[in-house]
Amino acid sequence: MSSNSSNSVPCGMTTVGAKMLVALTGMALILFVIAHMLGNLQVFLPGDELNQYAHKLKSMGPLLWVARIGLLSVFVCHVGLTIALTRRNAKARGALSSNEIQIRATGERYVNGYSYETATTASRFMIHTGIVIFLFVIYHLLHFTISPDHPPVAGDELIDVKAMVIEGFSHSIVAGVYIIAQLALAAHIYHGAASALQTLGLRTDSTKPGVSKAGILLAAIIGIGNISIPICVLTDIIS
Amino acid sequence: MATYKVKIWRQSGPNANGHMERHIVKGIDGDMSFLEMLDHLNEDLEEQGKEPVAFDHDCREGICGACSLVINGQAHGPETTTTCQLHMRSFEEHNVSEIDIEPFRATAFPIIKDCVVDRSGFDRVIQSGGFVSVNTGNAPDANANAIPKPEADTAFDAAACIGCGACVAACKNASAMLFVSAKVSHLAHLPQGDAERRERVHSMVNTMDKEGFGSCTNYGECEAACPKSISTDNIATLNREFIRSKVGPTT
Repeated sequence: MSSNSSNSVPCGMTTVGAKMLVALTGMALILFVIAHMLGNLQVFLPGDELNQYAHKLKSMGPLLWVARIGLLSVFVCHVGLTIALTRRNAKARGALSSNEIQIRATGERYVNGYSYETATTASRFMIHTGIVIFLFVIYHLLHFTISPDHPPVAGDELIDVKAMVIEGFSHSIVAGVYIIAQLALAAHIYHGAASALQTLGLRTDSTKPGVSKAGILLAAIIGIGNISIPICVLTDIIS
Repeated sequence: MATYKVKIWRQSGPNANGHMERHIVKGIDGDMSFLEMLDHLNEDLEEQGKEPVAFDHDCREGICGACSLVINGQAHGPETTTTCQLHMRSFEEHNVSEIDIEPFRATAFPIIKDCVVDRSGFDRVIQSGGFVSVNTGNAPDANANAIPKPEADTAFDAAACIGCGACVAACKNASAMLFVSAKVSHLAHLPQGDAERRERVHSMVNTMDKEGFGSCTNYGECEAACPKSISTDNIATLNREFIRSKVGPTT
């Protein structure tokens, strides 16, 4: 038996229970991402709908903080548990025991690696796309929420979010960072959505075709929806 | 008759360092099984007064689950079968003349020697929940319990698991979920499994965790490596059983 305290899941959970919580929080985050995207897509509307929408959110008062803290808890739970599970999995996989430099240098569990047959690239790099998304969320909050450079004012004390978005994405490096992060998010959701349904036992004979499509569909909708904004700013479709 | 360049993992004991050892194996017929090729290699080694390679095998009929080996980066080699039922023609037909052989690797499957690993963690998972309560006395009539054919088929497909451990060897996380789920699903589909249904899934998942197996991230490599084609549908069943045991009715 190779179990020890550093190899366990937080709060005495089983790995199956922890995975279910990761799946549930992941689904909640997908719902948030969809709502966030629909809000942002108002940038394509001709008037100042986006500014009005942002103003409405900001005027929610205590409710806004309830939503923010709730979202943060879900996010921390999702990230914390996946880090714990990933570390546990690395321990379970084990390392090669050899003095041979050539073997030690491979860093793989098998001397020449394992030939994967069915695992999709997205599924094998979940932790990596996850890290990219994590770093992006910090950058994104600093960029638009915590310290917007000069919040322009568009009369009636409305913050001109639309101008902020256009100004931000007119820098090709900033737009590039957003596009890369959204591609990582799409890859993460592509595996994550279908995987979450399987983890929650919702994949049955009758739902199977739908489950496999759910990942692709959600990834495509969220990816295209979010990436369209920086692309359209860069190409002067929104100005 | 073909000649193969074989590289095989040698490790003198559980705590020793291992290495890949090179051998040339000559006179191999396409109809020989993979294990017969290794027998051939061991005969050569014994003739030279060297230590033969240790590897697991028993029935050599593909039904016991004793044989293992990761062959050219795949658990049980390039075909959907056990290593004992893999034939050398599979290599001959594809002009593969170099073969890398390693043990099934996982922290929960410690190496005993060379390519022999200790898979008794699986036995402890079975001991913790892979049983049913029966009344002693005369054997009941075989048809006393009515089981619909689709249910019986699903249970049988899950019961086909021979517990070889290829799923753990193939999984990036060394997860035993396919094995454990096959056992849980097998008994969850049969009325005989009802008495311990709630406890079974918990005991088996807890033992799986205690043994140090990883968690499932739904890569699906286990299903691809399984010589008995056990489906990941069983993992969804285990997950449902797990939820059911927490929030479902107690009877």
